[in-house]
Amino acid sequence: MPKLTKNEVHPKIIEALLGADSDITVEDALENEMILNMGPQHPATHGVLRVLLRLDGETVIASVPELGYLHRGYEKMAENMSYYEFIPHTDRLDYLSPMANNVAWVLAVEKLAGIEAPPRAQYIRMMIAELARIASHLVAIGSLAMDVGALTVFLWTLREREKILDVWDILCGARFTNSYTRIGGVANDAQPEALAKVKWFIEQFDENLDECERLINTNRIFIERLEGAGIINSADAIEMGLTGPSLRGSGVDFDIRRAVPYLRYNDMDFKVVTFTEGDALARYFVRADEARESAKIVRQILDKMPAGEVLLNQPKKVLPHKTEIYTKMEELIHDFMIVNFGINPPEGDIYHAIEGSKGELGFYLVSKGEGRPWKCKIRSPSMVNLQSLPHMIQGQMISDVVAIIGSIDPIMGEADK
Amino acid sequence: MNLKELIPQKLQEKFSHVKFEFLDYRGDLSVKFEKEHVVEICRFLKEDSDFQFKLCEDVTAIDWAKRKNRFTVVYHIFSLKHNFRLRLKADVDESDCTIDSVTPVWKTSNWLERETWDMYGIKFNNHPDLRRMYMPEDFQYHPLRKDFPLMGIPGSLPLPKKD
Repeated sequence: MPKLTKNEVHPKIIEALLGADSDITVEDALENEMILNMGPQHPATHGVLRVLLRLDGETVIASVPELGYLHRGYEKMAENMSYYEFIPHTDRLDYLSPMANNVAWVLAVEKLAGIEAPPRAQYIRMMIAELARIASHLVAIGSLAMDVGALTVFLWTLREREKILDVWDILCGARFTNSYTRIGGVANDAQPEALAKVKWFIEQFDENLDECERLINTNRIFIERLEGAGIINSADAIEMGLTGPSLRGSGVDFDIRRAVPYLRYNDMDFKVVTFTEGDALARYFVRADEARESAKIVRQILDKMPAGEVLLNQPKKVLPHKTEIYTKMEELIHDFMIVNFGINPPEGDIYHAIEGSKGELGFYLVSKGEGRPWKCKIRSPSMVNLQSLPHMIQGQMISDVVAIIGSIDPIMGEADK
Repeated sequence: MNLKELIPQKLQEKFSHVKFEFLDYRGDLSVKFEKEHVVEICRFLKEDSDFQFKLCEDVTAIDWAKRKNRFTVVYHIFSLKHNFRLRLKADVDESDCTIDSVTPVWKTSNWLERETWDMYGIKFNNHPDLRRMYMPEDFQYHPLRKDFPLMGIPGSLPLPKKD
């Protein structure tokens, strides 16, 4: 590995590294301190995360994460396009659960515009959000296991995720970047085949997840690598702004689905999974149990899903069906107005957050009564969660850094926006 | 007592010298005040046993382009005790583009304020490590300002030199 020179690292980063308190003493540590560059092109950093590590022997004294290698300026782009046009861009934020991002975006816009989707659309949204959570947690579990050397689990969890992608395929015709939700509903009704596939998936899921878990839960290497790695206690976790499974792994019972219920989560019976240890292993257990709870929610949704419309009838705010555009004058005019000038929500600002798979995914929107948002801020859980990384890896071995990053489960598309 | 009534009442009681504006829009309560008082108000909201806004969710800014006070810094804070979200706002003028950092109150705001500095060029006083969040450190502009063009400024991001 070539040595870093001073010209390659900005002096302010060096300052931040050297300025960090380094009162950690390690018995018989090697005497030479060094600064090591990890990433951005490192397979274990889950994308393009760059971490500068100040090491004493193999112990991390201080670290500075560097973000921005995937910065595409989505907030700027959102200010220059209509609310409808931004739906496909939300897919590219957290690309492991695009459906959940779609749901978060349209819920925020609907709150701003003061409309509400019909009940069936809400149930469909809840279903896709939970399936997206399962898909995302499966990748998180698999890649965490892979990070610490257990390769088989990754293949098994991805096999399960593939089934969810097949559901997306039937539901909206795309496997990865779905753009399935619309303002005021969803693009099309869930077909009977899609619902049957979901039902089949949920029925076999618990058993298959157990199978994946059996591979690693009794594996001594896996457990010993993660146990006690990257501990963060509940007070620190709240102070650092952790949300999602990482926060619940520290014993804080906070889930937006319960705390500030949206959609129809009030009618659902589920448990908020918490573990108190606060280490990487606890965060892994939270994810696995949460996937099971999500499966439980999907089962209830399938039982309770009402019949009816999936798109609101509100011509000034919601795009009409294609067939109506071709046959009715009024609908054609509304379609023209919405596509060209946008939905013009009244002046004001709102914040709406959902419990995404990584944590609190929120959108802060400011409208000036125009077709485009005046401001759009994406509160991305990955970015805020990553902030606690230096705290977690301080004093740990360099080989644990990889496992701890995996246990936070950051997605750089979302962290860098 | 409803928190939406309790917060205005207690804030006005405690900070009688501050001019507050309260707005309840679509269920979100927001509080606006002058930027000089941001740290003391935040600390009060976090530490008061009735409120306990311990989770800082978001810090960002709005660029109003042509208004007198060009920027508004916006904080979203959450009380785990009451499951209640509150929005704080403080106007910042372009001629004095600074506001006190709330990092001593919530550590979360460290990166969020760095992001706001990077995107809007608002300096946070007493911030422990005010570097850019996303853009390179020697970048000249602040991309989310309304006068920054969507296509970017050609030549503002130099390509790596060939050896």
